[in-house]
Amino acid sequence: MQVPETFDYERVATVEEALQRLSHHGDEARLIAGGHSLLPMMKLRLALPEVLIDINDVPGLDHVRVVAGGEGGGGGEDEIAIGALVRHAAILTDPILGEHWPIFADAERKIADPLVRNRGTIGGSVCQADPAEDLSAVITALRGSVVVQSADGRRTVPIREFHTGPWETVVGDGEMVVEVRVPIRTSVGSAYEKVERRVGDWAVAAAGTFLRMDGNTIAEAGIGLAAVGATHMTCPEAEESLVGGPADADAFATAAGIVSAAVDPTADQRGPVDYKRHLAGELTRRALARSADRARDDSLREDA
Amino acid sequence: MATTMDVTMTVNGTEVTREVEPRTLLVHFVRDQLGLTGTHWACDTTNCGACTLWVDGEPVKSCTVLAVMADGHEVRTVEDLDTGGELNPLQQGFMQEHGLQCGFCTPGMLMTGQWLLDRDPDPDEATIREAISGNLCRCTGYENIVRAVRWAAEHGDGTAAGDDASADDHATDEVTA
Ligand SMILES: Cc1cc2nc3c(=O)[nH]c(=O)nc-3n(C[C@H](O)[C@H](O)[C@H](O)COP(=O)(O)OP(=O)(O)OC[C@H]3O[C@@H](n4cnc5c(N)ncnc54)[C@H](O)[C@@H]3O)c2cc1C
Ligand code: FES
Ligand code: FES
Repeated sequence: MQVPETFDYERVATVEEALQRLSHHGDEARLIAGGHSLLPMMKLRLALPEVLIDINDVPGLDHVRVVAGGEGGGGGEDEIAIGALVRHAAILTDPILGEHWPIFADAERKIADPLVRNRGTIGGSVCQADPAEDLSAVITALRGSVVVQSADGRRTVPIREFHTGPWETVVGDGEMVVEVRVPIRTSVGSAYEKVERRVGDWAVAAAGTFLRMDGNTIAEAGIGLAAVGATHMTCPEAEESLVGGPADADAFATAAGIVSAAVDPTADQRGPVDYKRHLAGELTRRALARSADRARDDSLREDA
Repeated sequence: MATTMDVTMTVNGTEVTREVEPRTLLVHFVRDQLGLTGTHWACDTTNCGACTLWVDGEPVKSCTVLAVMADGHEVRTVEDLDTGGELNPLQQGFMQEHGLQCGFCTPGMLMTGQWLLDRDPDPDEATIREAISGNLCRCTGYENIVRAVRWAAEHGDGTAAGDDASADDHATDEVTA
């Protein structure tokens, strides 16, 4: 029987209370959201917190809404704000995310299974900082950001600076994540491609992309990569190779080649290095092609 | 370190209060402290779904939820599916279509299947397969489980579920199914 080591349990009702308890306990305490990464780690004694602070009752962390840029530190353009306690199941069917960024639903359909998706949260996903975490790859592709709160106020950290290494983030003692932000763009298409050994498993490799089109020219490209040892879960050289050119098969093949060469996967039960390297490129290519198709549909809709 | 805490929750419509260690998992709480052994426990790793029960109306894997996290919440287990001692349409479907062999996965399959039917009274095969993708069965090859859920969709005319208070809100769905 797998049961965690003993710990104390506290339930908090507000963000302020959570922050106060975190500061009080220091690094002996951990927040618990869905618990679907933390409890498995505690059962295996890979995590041994002395205090768990349950944030599931905290109101105001389960929203998905459009906010004006600049609010809380954004860059001027409109953004979608996703509360830290929004669960995978809600992201899968959210109409705002569905309208702007189908990459989220693509990824959610492949994250774990419906029961796990009823518990796991976006805040827990980014904070777990598992290199195979699909939502982190999605947010990385979209160049989103993470809003971190402490007793001193809020700071907004670009997702590409948020993870400082495998299972490590910039979130310090006395801080918590309250929101994830992704920008809103027009004439865009996005997609997520993942290969898993069986339904519900973590990725062997996965790639998410978006393209913003200016006529027939790619104006902006984003790539997020999971489980393949990509630095900051992305590949800037491949993104740059796309910008300013046409959205065609040659361009996608070039970008895919750059990704394959740049990633640094490790061999494990999910597959050998060369296979994962191949997958990283191929999945990037497929995601780019689907992103381009969707960008075309997006432009047609705007013209209509 | 406090060794135990009191938790109070509604389980199958009845309020219960018990003393638990914070580390007690919900699956062990319902099985060992409440004696509701219909909820099964197997892989311990959030994979198999044998431990599926509902918290606040949604199926979750109870080997990965702390009992203290359910304090103040509503839990529903497989023991609550029957209606006044009669098998409900989904349970009958499992019987009619041989939806079980050893039966170990069945409580989890039932709790996930009922959740699906409550939201989508007439699910197609692909929808059923997606819904139960977090519940593993080592015996049936899933074919008969899918048929069992279909059987319930076709025969769930609401009469069997109608008298149960906790089924009231979906009884109308079943009438239209
Ligand atoms: C069987 C199984 C399969 C899975 N498959 C996949 C998969 O295919 N792809 C995938 O991406 N994920 C997968 N997951 C992980 C799943 O997405 C988790 O739900 C997610 O990683 C963590 O979310 P959580 O809310 O459960 O976090 P928790 O377990 O509650 O917390 C995780 C960590 O984040 C910290 N934390 C949580 N919330 C906050 C916050 N607001 N601020 C600061 N710190 C916080 C906690 O202290 C802890 O350290 C799987 C999980 C399981 C059990
Ligand atoms: S015992 Fe909970 S998922 Fe297997
Ligand atoms: S009937 Fe034996 S595991 Fe499903």
